[in-house]
Amino acid sequence: MSDLTFPLADIHAVRTTNRAQLAIGAFLAILRRDLKVTGREFVPFLLQALMNPLFFLFIFGKVLPGMGLASGNYAELMLPGIVALTGMIAAMQGVTLPLVLDLGYAREIDDRLLSPLPVWWVALEKVIFGAMRGAVASSVIFPLGYLILGNGFAVRGDRIGTLIGMVILTGFVGSVIGLLMGTIIKPEHISLMFTLIFTPLLFTGCTYYPWGALQNIRWFQVLTLFNPLTYASEGLRYSMVPPVRGHDFPTLGLAWILLALCTSVLILFWVGRKTFYKRVVT
Amino acid sequence: MLAETGVAAPPAIAVRNLIKRYPKSKTNAVDGVSFEVSRGEIFGLLGPNGAGKTTTIGVLTTAIVPTEGSAAIMEADVSRDPIGIKQRIAVVPQQSNLDRSLKVREILTFHAAYHGVPRKTREALADKLLEELGLGQRKNEKVNRYSGGMAQRLMIARALMHAPDVLFLDEPTNNLDPQSRLFLWERIRALNSNGLTILLTTHDMDEADRLCDRIAIMDHGKILVNDTPAQLKKMIPGGTSLEVRAFAPPSENGAASAKVKAALEATPGVAKVDELRDEASQNAEPGALTYRVYSESANTLIGSAAQAVFGAGAQVRDLSVKQPSLEEVFIFLTGRHLR
Ligand SMILES: Nc1ncnc2c1ncn2[C@@H]1O[C@H](COP(=O)(O)OP(=O)(O)OP(=O)(O)O)[C@@H](O)[C@H]1O
Ligand SMILES: [Mg+2]
Repeated sequence: MSDLTFPLADIHAVRTTNRAQLAIGAFLAILRRDLKVTGREFVPFLLQALMNPLFFLFIFGKVLPGMGLASGNYAELMLPGIVALTGMIAAMQGVTLPLVLDLGYAREIDDRLLSPLPVWWVALEKVIFGAMRGAVASSVIFPLGYLILGNGFAVRGDRIGTLIGMVILTGFVGSVIGLLMGTIIKPEHISLMFTLIFTPLLFTGCTYYPWGALQNIRWFQVLTLFNPLTYASEGLRYSMVPPVRGHDFPTLGLAWILLALCTSVLILFWVGRKTFYKRVVT
Repeated sequence: MLAETGVAAPPAIAVRNLIKRYPKSKTNAVDGVSFEVSRGEIFGLLGPNGAGKTTTIGVLTTAIVPTEGSAAIMEADVSRDPIGIKQRIAVVPQQSNLDRSLKVREILTFHAAYHGVPRKTREALADKLLEELGLGQRKNEKVNRYSGGMAQRLMIARALMHAPDVLFLDEPTNNLDPQSRLFLWERIRALNSNGLTILLTTHDMDEADRLCDRIAIMDHGKILVNDTPAQLKKMIPGGTSLEVRAFAPPSENGAASAKVKAALEATPGVAKVDELRDEASQNAEPGALTYRVYSESANTLIGSAAQAVFGAGAQVRDLSVKQPSLEEVFIFLTGRHLR
């Protein structure tokens, strides 16, 4: 212990008093920590994220159309929904599950909370990290879809910018929902809540059908508008479904989609930030 | 070590009229506490379970928002400059909060990275600390394979990774075997002699006595006294004391108890008599009575004290002479044993 002074003096010499610089450095290091932990579990992460879409694409994009039970272009309409759903769930799980652990009895998050950054940045980091996970999971659907659907795989290439934006926004929607869930739900209720929240989210989110096709069930069509996943699915449909004879596939308006997604992210993060703060500061 | 400079340097820790009441609680967990810790001092918060020690540390380390009052570290206020505080402090909590997703060495290097310590420095320091704390062989494991004592040492290593100015140790030797405890005491002294200010909590009197430059005794959220161990021991009237355990039949207990106390007080050479009402004596059989008799020379009182008890119609169960110790100070102040 005698010459412990060597690195201590070293550290003191480079220590900055600039609060912003300290906070940004801590933020990036915490993000790096999450990337490291996920990187170690990358294959399980991919398996978890892709198992469901894999079978879904196969049955609904290949088997049913082959039997004549779904129309030929159903795969085109469904693929964007699968991209949205996969990204959203991967982002949500990427935030909720670690958060429940972190905030649990052992309080593993303490070391990060004691880092020199504002407490809510720790929540922000979780959200950004979750969105990254979601975007990665969404992206992997493309090669997977190509492999499974073969000739049935069709994505328009002229809205690639919007597509990237939609994938990212979808990740953010998933991760802010994940933040809210992770800070509200008690650990013992986690699997119950996943069922209670997932199932309705899944089936009212316009993932397996385009919004416009619901016009005959008006009340349900209105109901789906309260689910952020609807906008993600429609936004991806807007940027992916190829035009037929020069006509774009009809979706919700792009402006409405963007507005709805951005407001959802902001409002849910604003609430999630508060519930997070309540959990970590007494 | 107290700062020996002529000019009074601003304190490392300054707490003023601190009150913390937890939501939905009827009492204050910390109830108007004020104290200062000088730079380079080892300061002990000593008190029984629930005294408010961990809560006080929580406020000082920005994890708990004070209800009233203020607290500052190295002149940075906990509410106004939490980032400045977090840069300068390190905390070793009462229970392990190690990051179980990381490997042991990564726990140290990431901690340092959070605090902006450059890569080369943090890698070197991590290896050095792991070696010094005897964890060098097992640095690529995950912590769930560590024993409680190893986890404790790892948390201390982690705390040192960003060269803090003030170190908080919440019951640092609670889970340690006697040998590890001695080892840790040595480390604490060595760190302190390198200039680190240390605030530790404990309910081990011996530990507080050996390590601390100053001790504040806490009970029910209040600081009862705050002084050097030597000064604290001088508080006991007459210096030494005699513990008298007696028995009177339960029916006449209330009256008998007062009678015995009066008889002991009337004994020549007695400075003060307290009846102890701690859990230990309450849980004992009904009719058991415990007194603390303070005197210049308690050992010469054994005979006369026994006679006084007999004279008051009770039986003597046990008599023992107590030398001045922090434990005695606590009993003197609260009328209870610490545990
Ligand atoms: N999060 C909390 N919510 C409500 N009450 C709490 C909370 N934490 C502590 N308390 C209460 O505050 C009081 C002081 O607790 P604290 O943990 O500060 O004591 P302590 O001196 O550290 O005790 P110990 O020696 O057992 O660690 C206790 O009565 C405790 O029940
Ligand atoms: Mg405690």
